[in-house]
Amino acid sequence: MRLLRLPLSALLSLLLMLGISVQAQSPTYGIGRTPTTDEIRAWDISISPSGEELPPGRGSVGEGSQLYLEKACAGCHGTTGTGGLAPRLVKLENVSPDAGPWALGRVLPIRAPYATAVWDFINRGMPLYQEGTLTPDEVYALTAYLLFLNDVVEEGTVLDEQSLPLVQMPNRETWAPLPDWWTPGMPRLRGYPW
Amino acid sequence: MSSKQSNRRKFLKRSAALAGGLGLGAATKSATGQLQEPEAYIQGTDELVAYGKRSRFVTSERIAHGGRASPDTFGLDFHIASPIQDSMGVITPSSLHYMGTTRGSFVPDIDPEKHRLMIHGMVDRPLIFTMAELKRLPSVTRTHFIECAGNRSNSRHTTVQETHGMTSCAEWTGVLLSTLLNEAGVQDGGNWIVAEGVEEVKGASSIPMSKAMDDIMICYGMNGEAVRPQQGFPLRLLAPGFEGILSVKWLRRIKVVDEFYMTYNDYGHLHQDADGAAMGMQIGPKSVITYPSGGQQLPGRGYYELTGLAWSGGGAVSRVEVSTDGGRNWKDAEIRGTAHRMAHTRFSFEWNWDGEPCELQSRCTDELGSVQASRAEIIEYWTQRGQPARVKGQDNSIQPWRIDRDGSVHNAIA
Repeated sequence: MRLLRLPLSALLSLLLMLGISVQAQSPTYGIGRTPTTDEIRAWDISISPSGEELPPGRGSVGEGSQLYLEKACAGCHGTTGTGGLAPRLVKLENVSPDAGPWALGRVLPIRAPYATAVWDFINRGMPLYQEGTLTPDEVYALTAYLLFLNDVVEEGTVLDEQSLPLVQMPNRETWAPLPDWWTPGMPRLRGYPW
Repeated sequence: MSSKQSNRRKFLKRSAALAGGLGLGAATKSATGQLQEPEAYIQGTDELVAYGKRSRFVTSERIAHGGRASPDTFGLDFHIASPIQDSMGVITPSSLHYMGTTRGSFVPDIDPEKHRLMIHGMVDRPLIFTMAELKRLPSVTRTHFIECAGNRSNSRHTTVQETHGMTSCAEWTGVLLSTLLNEAGVQDGGNWIVAEGVEEVKGASSIPMSKAMDDIMICYGMNGEAVRPQQGFPLRLLAPGFEGILSVKWLRRIKVVDEFYMTYNDYGHLHQDADGAAMGMQIGPKSVITYPSGGQQLPGRGYYELTGLAWSGGGAVSRVEVSTDGGRNWKDAEIRGTAHRMAHTRFSFEWNWDGEPCELQSRCTDELGSVQASRAEIIEYWTQRGQPARVKGQDNSIQPWRIDRDGSVHNAIA
């Protein structure tokens, strides 16, 4: 009851202080151990659009074209990146230039807004049955080759951890992030009757 | 003497006569001998004592969904739909829970003793937990549905398993992610998490921190037992009410980050416009009649308890209505049991079929006041705004079932 007699401003600052002490978040339970820096580095395979997690390495379009055959990519995706059992890797043909990047198909190395997403997926998910066996150089080379097949980069391109995040993907500005106004637990869309 | 006592006395007299008759000749069968006998008796085995099995007469099964085989040519499981036409109550048995994977996956066979969960990134204290450590932390048990964004009905589908089978509901047990994130101490600017599994493709999704701190669970329990391998054993992230791909299975890592990371999963669910993106996380109010539903056969006119499931990513189901005349008139259905937040909710409706052709529909309203719309209403809304004539975002439109004069039930999507 004594709390209620405090001036509102005092009450607010008290709540604020409590809030800050919660935010400072000292661990409540003390369960779990601290991973080592090496463990974090080994586990952390997420590549952000900025590319900050990219490991050092380099690979060219030419090397990628060789690896595409050597690593049996062609066996599932087709020798030209299309016509195999696995998803196609080259954009749809005969699409009007005015149609925009979404018309080029659901093809990772053309629709992905960032080249880092292509690198990340090859690194974590390919080749089938042998995921995680490619070296960083090989992943840079294969990424360069697939981007070349989709006319995103020139034939002489060499990609490394510096240049990969700078590649301008055609869909870079033509996708929509989650709007800032939306938070969980509100209706899905403002003004939408349903 | 009341009529009940009188009937009882008549019954006793008749029984005595039967018993007397028994003594007269061996040709007369006993009372129980005149009842239908079971087909056989199930031999008790150590295996059945240890772990029970359903009746061989119950044949409800999951099916591959969306025109791609599971397992496919490569042996990968992709999308598998639950037989919700046979569902009772709101809990999906774990072995019939729908399944979806990134790209198609092999189900990893994980030793829980060796499994670890790491939380790192923009946190004050990166942490690694064993399964035993996670189970020491305060737990919650909640009933939630999970639904795949690909759970879209179309005119080629014939049964409710095809139109709506990519949703299921279970009782989940685990630790709130907010508990773990508070242990690690989220830093300023940590606006997203990337959650990642250990399967061979290491499926990962970006999830807003607002959701992570709200109600996301890190689950080790499902329907009273450990989470099944197809559902993420030993650990699954559950994002209640959000599209299924965000409920990352075989969870081993959560990285707190500053932005949407554009993982392969994120790329696969990318939107072209802000409206689509806003509708691409939380599932709208939705319902479907499971009996009678497509492919079923009514034996004839008369009384039926019409029943179905309703759910919403926006919270609890607050109302379900049913129309038996193709959406012209609506009446309230009865909600059976408790309508939990972001959970399948069973509804029923007393119905007398007059034997005439008709069209059944159901409509869900959730606690936010959002109402399930018909396909026509949604398409009109978007075409008026110059958008393509389709249901944008996750499809929560009303499912119509047509009943023909012969009692056969059909998908009525034009």
